[in-house]
Parts: sequence; structure tokens; C-alpha cells
Amino acid sequence: MLKGTVHKYGANVNTDAVIPARYLNVSQPAALAKHCMEDIDKDFVERVKPGDIIIATTNFGCGSSREHAPLAIKAAGVSCVIAKTFARIFFRNAINIGLPLFECEEAVAQTEAGDILEVDPSSGRIKNLTKGKEFTAQPYPDFMAELISTGGLIEYTKKRLAGRRV
Amino acid sequence: MALANKILAAHTDKEMISPGEFINVRVDLILANDITAPIAIREFQKIGVGKVFNPKKIVMVPDHFTPNKDIASAEQVKLMREFCHEQGIIYFEVGQMGIEHVLLPEQGLVLPGDVIIGADSHTCTYGALGAFATGMGSTDIAAAMATGDIWMKVPPTIKVVYHGSLQKWVGGKDLILYTIGALGVDGALYSVMEFTGETIDSLSLDGRFTMANMAVEAGAKAGIFRVDNKTQLYIKPRAKRPYRVYEPDNVSEYTQVVDYDVSNMEPQIALPHSPANTKPISRVGDIEIDQVVIGSCTNGRLEDLQLAARVLKGKKIHSRVRCIIIPGSQEVYLNALTQGLIEVFIKAGAAVSTPTCGPCLGGHMGVLASGERCISTTNRNFVGRMGSPESEVYLSNPVVAAASAIMGKITSPDEVINWGSFRETKPLL
Repeated sequence: MLKGTVHKYGANVNTDAVIPARYLNVSQPAALAKHCMEDIDKDFVERVKPGDIIIATTNFGCGSSREHAPLAIKAAGVSCVIAKTFARIFFRNAINIGLPLFECEEAVAQTEAGDILEVDPSSGRIKNLTKGKEFTAQPYPDFMAELISTGGLIEYTKKRLAGRRV
Repeated sequence: MALANKILAAHTDKEMISPGEFINVRVDLILANDITAPIAIREFQKIGVGKVFNPKKIVMVPDHFTPNKDIASAEQVKLMREFCHEQGIIYFEVGQMGIEHVLLPEQGLVLPGDVIIGADSHTCTYGALGAFATGMGSTDIAAAMATGDIWMKVPPTIKVVYHGSLQKWVGGKDLILYTIGALGVDGALYSVMEFTGETIDSLSLDGRFTMANMAVEAGAKAGIFRVDNKTQLYIKPRAKRPYRVYEPDNVSEYTQVVDYDVSNMEPQIALPHSPANTKPISRVGDIEIDQVVIGSCTNGRLEDLQLAARVLKGKKIHSRVRCIIIPGSQEVYLNALTQGLIEVFIKAGAAVSTPTCGPCLGGHMGVLASGERCISTTNRNFVGRMGSPESEVYLSNPVVAAASAIMGKITSPDEVINWGSFRETKPLL
């Protein structure tokens, strides 16, 4: 079960906002996390606590393909991101590295910054404990659910290659 | 099937594929750069296969923070260079390289009918050649380096049709900025944009590269053009392997068809802080600038530099403005030199650099201070993209950028040169 305080953003949060390119001369997640959201939310890194949840409206993670973006969010302690829609490269990257994402319009519309959410990643149930409301995220397509349950793309690829050798 | 899905289907074991379906696609080329390769290499090593599936189908280009801007960047490039040498992967060293999306088409490494994946969002540039090319992250690239294939969800296609002839000062950059402005930054989310129409037929390859390059700024998975005689003329001297030209089926499924009459279109400017925040230049008003950047994977090709040189020839950059011109590759640089363009730029008072992505992403070679404004031929104007989060970036075509450099404010080329003499100015000195 994932549980934490909500940090809320609007539409089209781009990956330059998540992690500015000037910090991409390194790739260690902990180093990237120090600058997460810096250009649009200067104090995010000081406020964020382990388990916290990012909520945004549409097209979260647009722009650059940098995998450093979900890595920075995850290493900052964020347990999952909930949005109405995600940009496609960010979506793949987050799934691949094991940062859970949920698409849920109602949860986004009815949650404010500072609310406490509890999310069950296996069922997609989202509880807003502050407001006493409950929502269900869009289920993942079967293929992606398999990818996630295998432990991400690297584990999935290892399994595929092992299968080929049999 | 639409054009993109014809190509994708040919790279699977299936005859037919439909939007929304998950497929496994064989790839013809895999790309990474100095920012994305280090993570891809780290993840590849976790797979435990030792060798990449085919080193001649992988290219790595040091272009973002190169020539190395600091020790940390140098360490990243070193890791990439050593991995390439050990694996036999195609690698272009500083001095022989270019910005990846200018370089790969020039080198004949990306061809019509190919499926190309790259750990860079602007990988979609190669759609200009009738290829299916899309950006992904480092872990996707790592998996594909091990297996030679990658999973994809079959995208729907939006057909974007352009009618009418282009007016003065207007080119591919204006068409794509206008389109992103009309559709929004997520207007083509998960979709392919198939660019077509009589305006496209008359557009140069360099103009098409600019358009395909920015498809991702509308959220698209790829932008694609049909192959025509112009494409063949570009490809034939460069291709070192056979390629196949695909056509969309007569009855193709499009989720949306958008139609633009561009016969009255002015040059377009994307105002801060979104590529979709576009206005025709006559409605931008007086905006003073501190810096001009002409270059990048969007507008760093020879035609872009020729256009800029025709505006700058015999003129002086405004004394308060830093004008930075970056040829997109060594080949572009050398051609610009032999055609006299570099002399025009230097005499006008511009700084000319070796190829690099540098300022486009606020890396180096032209980072902005707080309160500064830049007009740039690049592709993104997000908050902090080119430096300080308190700086501003305006996006334009190279002609407008060059005219603005002379005037010190965002300017229609009409104010610095008349159309007749512009057309007659030969790039050669």
C-alpha cells in the first residue's frame, strides 16, 4: 500500500521542470533527486517526505525523453504519480524503472495539495483519507500489467532471453 | 493501414496490425547520446548478455554537453566511448560528429522504411525520410540493445494536410509551430502525425526534417512523410544498404484529419513558455532580446544557415545582442565554410561554434542569465530550458532569428531586407 501527502501540479509539467538539463551531467538517482521540480516548485525537495504522491492534470512528463525525470521523482521519495494523462515517453520510462503511475480523472479533480492519499497498486484503488473519498484508476492493459509484475523491463527482458535459450 | 503502421507491421511477424494492439517490433537502428547512454549502458549490463545484439545497428553520439563542458560530462562521455569501442558500436568522436538528428540522415544511417528508436525525444526527425522513428528512454534502449526488438503499442494516425503556397519568410518551422499551436502540446498524444498536401510536396528535405523533429512537441509518437523524388535524391548518394519505400493504403484509418490553408500564413513565433503558445509575428509586439541562437537538431542544417546568411550578409548584429550560430554537423559546417556563410556570420559579429546541442537545453555555449531573453531556432521554450528559470525563450525560423539579431528585438525580416533582394542574394560571396 502506498500512502503519503499530495503535491499538486497543473497541465503539461515537462521533464525540464522535473529535472533541469543543467543537472544531467550525472545520472545517479540520489544526485538528481536534489533538484527535482526545482524550476517550478523551489521548495519541493525540502517538503517532500517518503511515500508522498504527485498529482497533476494532463500530459505529465512531456518534452525530453530523459529517464532522469522518473528516476529523480522516485529517488526524492515519491511513491507514485496520479494524473489525468501522461506523456508517452515518460509513461514508458516510469513503468520501466518501477515508478508507479495511475490515470484517474476523478482523483485528480477531487484531491487538493496537502490531502493524504492511500493507493493500492494492485487494484488501482485510490483513497483520499482527508476527504473520505474513493476512486479507481484506469486498469493497465494486460501486457503492461505483466511487465510491471515481472519487475520492470530489465527483468522482463532477462526472462524473455532465458526463454529463448531453453 | 496508415503509413507508419505499414512500416511497423513489416517489422513484426504479423500481416496486419491495429491501433491499440501491443506488438514486438524489430529495429533497424538504435541511438543514444552522452546524456542518455550512461543509464542505458548501466541497465544493459544488468541484463547480463555481455554483447549487444548487433553493434552495427547501434549508434552513439556525444552531442549534448560536448566538447565536454565539465569533468562530470567528460566522465559520462568516457563511459559511452569505452562501451562503444569495446562493443564495436558506431561512434562519432568530436571533430567528426554532429547533432545526432542532423548527423544520422547525412551519414545514410537512417533510411526510408526503417524502424528507428533513440534515447532522445527528437528521434522523430527521421520521419522526414519516410521512416518510423520514435524517442524512448534509456532502459528501453538497453533492452533493445540486448534483443534487437522492442515492445510498442500500435499508434493511431492523425493526417495533417497543408494547402497553398508558402508566403515570403515562411518555411517548415512556421508550419510546425502553427500546427503545434493549433493542436496543443498534447494534441497528438500517442499518435503519429502523417504530414501531407501540396505545400509539403514543394517543401525541401531540410524543411521536412524541421517539421518531423517537432512532432513530439505536439505529444506525437512520430511524425512521418511519404517518400518522393526529393527524398530519393537525398537518400541515393548516402544509402549504404538497401531500403524499402512504403505507401499508406488507399483506405487508411485516421483518427483525425486536419487541413490547413497556409497561403496567408506569416512567420510564427512561439512565446514563453510553451511551443504551443504561437502567434503570427505581426502580433508579437516589441520584444527586446539579449541573445539569438541559430542551430540545433531543428534548424541547424545547411539550408537554415543559408537563409540566415542571406539576411546577415553585409549587416551588423545589434551591439547589445549575442548571436550564436551552430552548424548542426561537421558536414554542414564545412559546406557553410566553402559557401562563404561562415565569413558572412563572423563579419556580421556572430559567434560560430563547433556542432553541439549546447544552448538549446541550457547546457553550455550560450546559457541565459535571469531576466534575459533569447530568440532561438530550437524546439523548446519551457521555463529554464536555456538557463535561468527567470529567462525567456522565443522560438522562430532562422530568417526571423537573423533579422532579430540585427535589430535587437523580435523583428519581421521585412524591416531589415526587402524580399526581392533577399531572393537574389546568392549564398556564395
